[in-house]
Amino acid sequence: MSTQPAIKGKTWCFGDGISTDLLSPGQYAVDSLEVRKMHTLESVDPGFATGVQLGDVVVAGRDFGCGSSRETAPENLKELGVACVVADSFSRLFLRNAVAIGLPVLPCPGVSDAFSTGSDIEVDLATGDVHNLGSGTVLHGEPLPESMRRILNAGGMLAVLKSDGLRALA
Amino acid sequence: MGMTLAEKILARASGKDRVAAGEFVVAKVDLAMTHDIFAHQVFDHLVDAGITEVFDQEHTVIVMDHLVPPSTTAAAEQHKRIRDHVASFGIENFYEAGGGICHQLLPERGHVWPGMLVVGTDSHTTTHGALGAASTGIGTSEMSYALATGTLWFRVPETIRFDLEGTLGEGVAWKDVVLWIAGKFGTDVAQYRSIEFAGPSAAQVSVSSRLTICNMAVEMGAKFGMFAPDEVTAQYLAGLEDSGVVEGWEKRYAEKLVEADPDASYLAVHKVPLSEIGPQVALPHQVDNVVPVADAVGTVIQQAFIGSCTNGRLEDLAAAAAVLKGRQVHPRVRLIVAPASRWVFQEALRQGIIQTLADAGASVLPAGCGPCFGGHGGLMAAGERCIGTHNRNFVGRMGSAMAEIFLASPETVAASAIAGHIADPRELAAATTPAASQQGTREEDIVYATSHQG
Repeated sequence: MSTQPAIKGKTWCFGDGISTDLLSPGQYAVDSLEVRKMHTLESVDPGFATGVQLGDVVVAGRDFGCGSSRETAPENLKELGVACVVADSFSRLFLRNAVAIGLPVLPCPGVSDAFSTGSDIEVDLATGDVHNLGSGTVLHGEPLPESMRRILNAGGMLAVLKSDGLRALA
Repeated sequence: MGMTLAEKILARASGKDRVAAGEFVVAKVDLAMTHDIFAHQVFDHLVDAGITEVFDQEHTVIVMDHLVPPSTTAAAEQHKRIRDHVASFGIENFYEAGGGICHQLLPERGHVWPGMLVVGTDSHTTTHGALGAASTGIGTSEMSYALATGTLWFRVPETIRFDLEGTLGEGVAWKDVVLWIAGKFGTDVAQYRSIEFAGPSAAQVSVSSRLTICNMAVEMGAKFGMFAPDEVTAQYLAGLEDSGVVEGWEKRYAEKLVEADPDASYLAVHKVPLSEIGPQVALPHQVDNVVPVADAVGTVIQQAFIGSCTNGRLEDLAAAAAVLKGRQVHPRVRLIVAPASRWVFQEALRQGIIQTLADAGASVLPAGCGPCFGGHGGLMAAGERCIGTHNRNFVGRMGSAMAEIFLASPETVAASAIAGHIADPRELAAATTPAASQQGTREEDIVYATSHQG
């Protein structure tokens, strides 16, 4: 597979149990992506959706994305310009959906203690290395299995559907 | 080394003799379900990819359940788009708005059978493990892929077993048991894993209650939550034939039937001592923030909700009605009841359950998901509290991010609706005297701090 350059950006930090109800609130379920994404995480940080910049990185605690199957949760983050989510751990469905829509994610136990909002971070998805460029701390995350990274690199499941399917994984 | 239920099903579905936890497989999907929050997107993706038919008409199910009846013009437009897709793809298993919640309809209408590999665009698709299926939630892009190809990738999960032992006490529901498990073991105990609910007392659990328990498996992170098919399962499926819903149940029951090998490998086996479990309440804002009801008694509520894919079944409405019979909902409480399906509503009507609930002061909504997912039909203002039979108490789940949600059994929710504050259904007589409903309320002194402040 192709090697990808490390992701560098500013962090936005959140705690444990950031649910899909926070990432994509139910009352905006039928709204357009443009409307819906502006409510991302508003209950915990009302300034996030307007303040986040292209290439920023979300850092969070345990069980990130717990709750619903709503793919709008990773989609909102991706559409706001988030380059990657690094969390102590992820909910299964969020992890799967993020890969399915092409949003890079990296489980990295301890990451929530190593960063505060506005830190400079560098993430290498292939090795799992997470670098706090301010403090010099380096953590080692758990890179996704190659079969999942292949879907991610293809741009998600719809891109896979339009190309050669999952035959390569079988 | 033998295989677990999850391994057996994924091995069969991927055409292998055996698979082991950790392995990635591409498996054939046996049943695919999507609902009105996502179906339009799923089919838009298919159209965009040039796909004109689904992999298997018999095993594709579309349900209108979340936005019913349409709560906004946008919701009505979304439904219209879905109906257009349903017509152009010729979808046969289409349940119109008002028919019920997908996780009630799949088992009620005979779509789920033991040993199936089931996917749905809803996290609570784990519910169908109640009938011995490996059943899990996926997103819309993956559903488009599954409907186009009939296949999807899976990582074979490790399995945790919870052995049910002993007997449930009076006034205690199986919802209390699954809340107790979540409270004791945490919301990520089964992350990426499969759960088998087993043990000597599994045979005491009705299919209705198995659906409740497996529904909540996802609240512990689980990919699958399953009961091995047994006599209870067989009787339920035979009953579907008796009522004219399915034909040839015995053949379909046996077709994909699997059982876990005696030497299967489990990541952990935990005992669940049923006789030690009383009514439980999950406090805001995490499903594992569970306490015995005594620790929450007195917390003033403004809304009580009985319904959802967790606890909106006939058994649940009957349990609530037994508590509410001859009593009145507290004047400051809104009791909202949403039957899980039209069939549940009709049966509850026929049995006088709806009459009892309405006489007590309940508002009965059409069958659907409205209040539970925070869509419509029971949203809350800042500072309000709801106790409900549903599955999630996250910040912002039911309207205001400053509202608080408590989760409990139908019995506890009904008792609380009468008392005006959280109440133990076993102590209902005391709680309904006027004096008691004034005493012991702690509106001001309980603060359920959020753990989400990053």
